[in-house]
Amino acid sequence: MPEQTMTLEVFRYQPDEEEHPRYQNYEVPYREDWVVLDALNYIKDEIDGTLSYRWSCRMGVCGSCGMMVNGDPKLTCATFLRDYYPSAIRVEPLNYFPVIRDLIINMEDFLHKLDDVQAWLIPNQEKGVEEGEYLQSPAELAHFKQFSMCINCMLCYAACPVYGHSQEFLGPAAIALAQRYNLDSRDGAAESRAEVIFQDVGIWECTFVGDCSRVCPKKVDPAGAIQQAKVTHTKQFMKELLTPWGNR
Amino acid sequence: MELLNHDILIVGGGGAGLRAAIAIGEANADLSVGVVSKVYPMRSHTVSAEGGSAAVIKSNDSLEAHIYDTISGADWLADQDAVEAFVNEAPEEMIQLEHWGCPWSREADGSVAVRPFGGMKIERTWFAADKTGFHMLHTLFQTALKYNNITRYDEWFVTRLLTHDGRCQGVAALELRTGQIRPIAAKAVILCTGGGGRIFPFTTNAAIKSGDGMALAYRAGVPLKDMEFVQYHPTGLPGTGILITEASRGEGGILLNKDGHRYLQDYDLGEPLDVSDPRHPRKRTMELGPRDRLSQAFMKEREKGRTMEGPYGDYVCLDLRHMGEKKIDKKIPFVRELCRNYVGIDPVHELVPVRPVVHYMMGGVHTNIDGETPLAGLFAAGECACVSINGANRLGSNSLTELLVFGARAARAAIRFSARQDVIAVEEIHAQCQAEQQRIRDRFFQPKGGKETIAGLRAELTRTMESGAGIYRTEDSLRAACALIGQLKERFREVELADHSLTFNTELTAALELEFMIDASEAVGHSALMRTESRGSHQRSDYPQRDDERFLKHSLAYQTENDPRIEYLDVVVTRWPPAERKYGSPVDGKGGKGD
Repeated sequence: MPEQTMTLEVFRYQPDEEEHPRYQNYEVPYREDWVVLDALNYIKDEIDGTLSYRWSCRMGVCGSCGMMVNGDPKLTCATFLRDYYPSAIRVEPLNYFPVIRDLIINMEDFLHKLDDVQAWLIPNQEKGVEEGEYLQSPAELAHFKQFSMCINCMLCYAACPVYGHSQEFLGPAAIALAQRYNLDSRDGAAESRAEVIFQDVGIWECTFVGDCSRVCPKKVDPAGAIQQAKVTHTKQFMKELLTPWGNR
Repeated sequence: MELLNHDILIVGGGGAGLRAAIAIGEANADLSVGVVSKVYPMRSHTVSAEGGSAAVIKSNDSLEAHIYDTISGADWLADQDAVEAFVNEAPEEMIQLEHWGCPWSREADGSVAVRPFGGMKIERTWFAADKTGFHMLHTLFQTALKYNNITRYDEWFVTRLLTHDGRCQGVAALELRTGQIRPIAAKAVILCTGGGGRIFPFTTNAAIKSGDGMALAYRAGVPLKDMEFVQYHPTGLPGTGILITEASRGEGGILLNKDGHRYLQDYDLGEPLDVSDPRHPRKRTMELGPRDRLSQAFMKEREKGRTMEGPYGDYVCLDLRHMGEKKIDKKIPFVRELCRNYVGIDPVHELVPVRPVVHYMMGGVHTNIDGETPLAGLFAAGECACVSINGANRLGSNSLTELLVFGARAARAAIRFSARQDVIAVEEIHAQCQAEQQRIRDRFFQPKGGKETIAGLRAELTRTMESGAGIYRTEDSLRAACALIGQLKERFREVELADHSLTFNTELTAALELEFMIDASEAVGHSALMRTESRGSHQRSDYPQRDDERFLKHSLAYQTENDPRIEYLDVVVTRWPPAERKYGSPVDGKGGKGD
């Protein structure tokens, strides 16, 4: 029996050689247990060594291999050919990011946003290492745990209409990570993060469409984080408005 | 061109590299630190570690017990002074990480929870469900963002160490986005590039694990230590090699052969307890034996025809069903996710096919207890280094802790060293970098009509390593492997790139990685050939006994024009004289004073 194959239509762009992006079709073997990344690796190894993309862990945890697969942001290491076969699969770089080359996007912007939201623990009370660990109940852990699962894969940005409209928007992952620390019983810097988050006009444009949460491969629910942050902030704002003499 | 310049430069942005960077960031805000990484730091392979990180914290445990488990687990090839330092400093490092926000799993009283792990007599493995490495890495990465004196070079690929006057003074690095090769000068350089599992065909290791730092040091004249010791993790998924964490056994999972028999009982690993027995799983027994012994037991079962055959080779089964859905989802949810996604089975109801896959290199760049290499100004920490605390077999959950303890130690040593240096040989650095740029241009950008492909040579290399230097080795298999590696080295000169672009040329980086892999493989093969004994993960079918007379020694592989030169260095033995390694018996561990 001849080997079954399928077609990958791959976005190509090599800025030092061509002015405009193009699509290139590749015929790859179809295997039921192959993911899209396996097909890309097959192309790279066997057909066309010039195809460039990022990948590393191939088990859905390093966050390198996010791409648009038939228009949906996906981790290509966790997206199976069998879910598309025998139709062709179109593979493109993640939406809304500048393309460096082929399937590789420039995500520097996100790194700056992590800085902006102070995505690290700022303790509510300093404690020396010799004093041992902070106690944190399983319930307190569960309060923020979900938001700590973000692998920074950028799929949520590629799905976010607000980010698509303006790259100024802090965006789903950065806000989810800010919320991850805001909700951590060991942290005491929610207010200073709120200043950054609520200066951002983008957050009020986010209308709980929820595409970010839908595409998240780790079920982080950044949309929930954003709405949660808004509610907390509005409550705080109202409290300050109503009781200006003692709002803490 | 302006010279990029730092007091201390760290190569690699995984657990060890980031821990080192933070240590320097904290020590002195005036010190400038550079972190060069070929991937964004949160993509580093630390992210894939699942099960946990060991440190003594509970009142039923003792430093002494952790030391003894580590030394006996290492089959006495670990340096005992280094193990002591490691175990003593581990709790503080782990608490520090807790203070930085790591979301450790907790007991009901809010204290950090621990779980049992293979080869450990007492449960002391801290965990964040079964994504411990992921959480540790992101905690370190996010914490590192705080320090203004840390400059990151994300997606820069180091191709060479720049040395002058007997001192490492920087690196030549390829900026992937522009294709430029630039010198980055430093008074001290710390290698934290991780392991090289990709030299084998079946590995838990990520694509980026090509032994870069090991090869960089080796080429600069620094010996690679104990490279023959390669750890196979007993439970990887066939085909992909994806890791199914040892925590699955720590939480009660059992291993079955094709007859449904818990075969480990036939290999001196003790008596099985029924899974419903509250004492199951017993520490240092059966499924909680050390990784080398479990992987070897698989090979013996296969010889006896008691494994199963699948499309990706032979396998045995990991049974988690008795744990039940609730416990699986709470303790090892990632295992369930991986099994569902990549094997299409649900471990709540089905058996998981597993086989031994290459997981970790005990060997690496030769360092002392402070992470110093024999080359002045060069330091190393983490999997790329060999201190050694892991000896002939690393215990699960010691490596994540090692990143922290030795990342911090190497940083402190580099700070002390850099304070004594004031001059960088700027012209020499520039000249060497230019020569490196020329080498890469000539080598990879001049069409020569060569017929070799990267994928072709890489496949041959990995096949060679598996067949010649796998779980069981012989003089013949190793000689054949070494000869082939030599040929591959020659044939690598005939590699021709299709991609001559300067922008993010991943074909070029794949070629450079393959060159690193060949060097690392050469050191593994020759070190294994010379060690005519069996110890820990290094099993010679032709020399089945441990030979302390001749080989209670570390091997040191030096690169030469021809085959590497292998020298030996005595193991540091302080309070725990070599004894027989015993698992699974009630008199477990007797024979060492550590008990």
